[in-house]
Amino acid sequence: MPETVFSKPQALRDVTTHYCPGCTHGTIHRLIAEVLDELGVRERTVGVAPVGCSVLAYNYFETDFHEASHGRAPAVATGIKRARPDLVVFAYQGDGDLASIGTAEIVHCANRGEKVTVVFVNNAIYGMTGGQMAPTTMPGQVATTCPLGRDVDLSGHPIRVSEMLSTLRTPAFVARTSVHTPLLSVNTKEMLRQAFTYQVEGRCFSLVEILSTCPTNWGIPPAEATEWLEKNMLPYYPLGVFKTPESGSRESMPLER
Amino acid sequence: MQNDVIMAGFGGQGILLIGKILAYAGMHEGKEVSWLPSYGPEMRGGTANCTVVISDRPVGSPVIRSPRAVVAMNLPSLDKFEPDVRPGGLLLINSSLINRKAARDDLTVIEFPANQIANELGNRRGANMVALGVYLGATEAVSLEEVVEVVRETFAAKPGVIEINITALHRGHEIGAACAVGV
Amino acid sequence: MTKKLMKGSEAIGEAAVQAGCHLFFGYPITPQNEIPEYMSMRLPQVGGTFVQAESEVAASNMLYGAAGSGERVMTSSSSPGVSLMAEAISYLAGAELPVVIVNIMRAGPGLGGILPSQNDYLQSTKGMAHGDFRLLVLAPWSVQEAADLVQDAFDLADYYRNPVLILGDGLIGQMMEPVEFAEGREPIKELPPKDWAATGNDGSKPRSVINSLFLDPEELERHNYHLKEKYDRMERDEVRFETSGLDADYDLLVVAYGTVARVCSTAIEELADRGVKVGMVRPVSLFPYPYRAVREAARKAKAVLVVELSMGQMIEDVRLAIEGSKPLHFLNRTGGMLVSPDEVVDKIQAISEGSSQEVVHA
Repeated sequence: MPETVFSKPQALRDVTTHYCPGCTHGTIHRLIAEVLDELGVRERTVGVAPVGCSVLAYNYFETDFHEASHGRAPAVATGIKRARPDLVVFAYQGDGDLASIGTAEIVHCANRGEKVTVVFVNNAIYGMTGGQMAPTTMPGQVATTCPLGRDVDLSGHPIRVSEMLSTLRTPAFVARTSVHTPLLSVNTKEMLRQAFTYQVEGRCFSLVEILSTCPTNWGIPPAEATEWLEKNMLPYYPLGVFKTPESGSRESMPLER
Repeated sequence: MQNDVIMAGFGGQGILLIGKILAYAGMHEGKEVSWLPSYGPEMRGGTANCTVVISDRPVGSPVIRSPRAVVAMNLPSLDKFEPDVRPGGLLLINSSLINRKAARDDLTVIEFPANQIANELGNRRGANMVALGVYLGATEAVSLEEVVEVVRETFAAKPGVIEINITALHRGHEIGAACAVGV
Repeated sequence: MTKKLMKGSEAIGEAAVQAGCHLFFGYPITPQNEIPEYMSMRLPQVGGTFVQAESEVAASNMLYGAAGSGERVMTSSSSPGVSLMAEAISYLAGAELPVVIVNIMRAGPGLGGILPSQNDYLQSTKGMAHGDFRLLVLAPWSVQEAADLVQDAFDLADYYRNPVLILGDGLIGQMMEPVEFAEGREPIKELPPKDWAATGNDGSKPRSVINSLFLDPEELERHNYHLKEKYDRMERDEVRFETSGLDADYDLLVVAYGTVARVCSTAIEELADRGVKVGMVRPVSLFPYPYRAVREAARKAKAVLVVELSMGQMIEDVRLAIEGSKPLHFLNRTGGMLVSPDEVVDKIQAISEGSSQEVVHA
């Protein structure tokens, strides 16, 4: 009998995605699906899709899904989790969705310590709408709404979401990874496993920021896009675990009486 | 048969509370009632007022522009609501804090030093109860017995203040009954 | 079953709890803060959950997630906050999620004021947000009716899989009146199981996706016709109104809703004492609107008077109902000012004396 050594995860549907060549959403979807399978939680998982390139993510996962409005996925995830704490809830968001229009929702979802997992895909650009400047666009990076490159005097510096969220006192798991090499993809899966495990154990909010390439809107071939990410994004968006529920002071600070 | 009254004074004088007690008592007597507070910026440190309607029939408008009675616990309240009292209506003036007479001569006016009476009874915070008593005595809008019951329920958690408030209520009722108008 | 004296806001909260709503998401705004305050105290007592969201935007999207999970859920707000929720309300309608939203209207536009108003009528019934959709809109005129309508609203929301809006004003929220809650209340509709809810999937049923995105225009057109069919059923089955004085002869018909109708009823009683006969139609459902009731009641009248706390919103539906068949008059206050019974009496006398100016449209 031949032994199956590789197959499609059960949590992934057998469909063709709409993602562009060289885009890493497909890889990230697969890693999430593998983790859901391996944790044995697929049947009780509900995903929340964003507005952006991954707006159709609900077509790709073999789980129940909500399609949220732009930026509100953490609020929708909160609603689901509060209504049904037994479910495993994850929101899948891009950088325009999470770090621009949805900053309030992600900060407060994390700060309330909602027991949900957010997968934050940061490719430094608006993809779906055609390459506009994102809050994560690098200084000098050309986009359709900053044709001369991002001017930090006019638009500020790129937002480092993982660093920002890790300043919150509420316990959480926050990590940044990348999938532009096989080794880092393996590492990303491990971070996702930890993130979902923290949720399954009812311990804390978890967020994994995953750096991604966007060859289409960056206007360079996939291989060069990988190099561009390494050269430009990695120095500014360092990889690693920024916060765990074990790290830092966790005791509350009651008012002095 | 309908009784309606606007009770007004400083925030903290317990105006909204005596309005609620009146409404509760009316409800316990099987009447139709509504209680409508003023709200908004005027709540913040300024005057407070509420409108109470007690009726034999379902309450129509809970907003009363020309009330059958006004209880004015301070000068701003008298200035504001005296012109609104329905002709022939009842105007109650807390003379402890109001240093003028009623300007109108088409009303039944009862002046009573609510704070002074409350102080004499050893109940410094009881001026509102004196005023409620005066209103009840003058109008018999609801029975004193029913109001006493509601006062007992209202202050159930603070049994120490029940009797002194009932005393204040009775003292006010005597004053009001002496000038009863039967609105 | 005993009567309790309750604030409208508290009665609305308690009615929701009694209707099995154990989830509330909201954000503070005057004059409806007593609703979230009540829920924050009450829901933990029944094992429910209250979340103070970071904004109305977030609260309404929490509603989306909870409703998509098949649970009864409510939010409340006041005019500016409802405008912030409008986006999510469009998504809720598009995704056919049953929720109950309470708007305790305050005066606008903009930040406006915090006193009572009816200036969100058009927003509620016709133009809440982008897209072709309708809310079922119910407008109580007393605290008891507010409690009753909230309970009905949950059944109607579940039955139609559609957001239901309770449209009150600051008076309804702040006023205390006796309320009683029926024990063992039965749903007013036969409610289908929520097998569409996204609650995880083990393969035993089709996958549930809560969604309002239809990139295929033919599919979206079909979806819009499906929604329209629902709204048509509401127009057929859910029209609610009350009338008074229509059995006898009357010269004038008053049309008013919410607490304003109570002011009018006091005025009408006073006029009856003076021999002036006035009938009234009080719409309770604002969508669907009781066009036929207004049209038929107007037949016997010489003129129609609309009374509103707005610059003229519901009057547009009255115009549609009577189609120019009778002279139309309008009495209003705005900005948080209230109409008094005396003003209604004066207006009606002016109409009968011919000194009130008709509302005329070019």
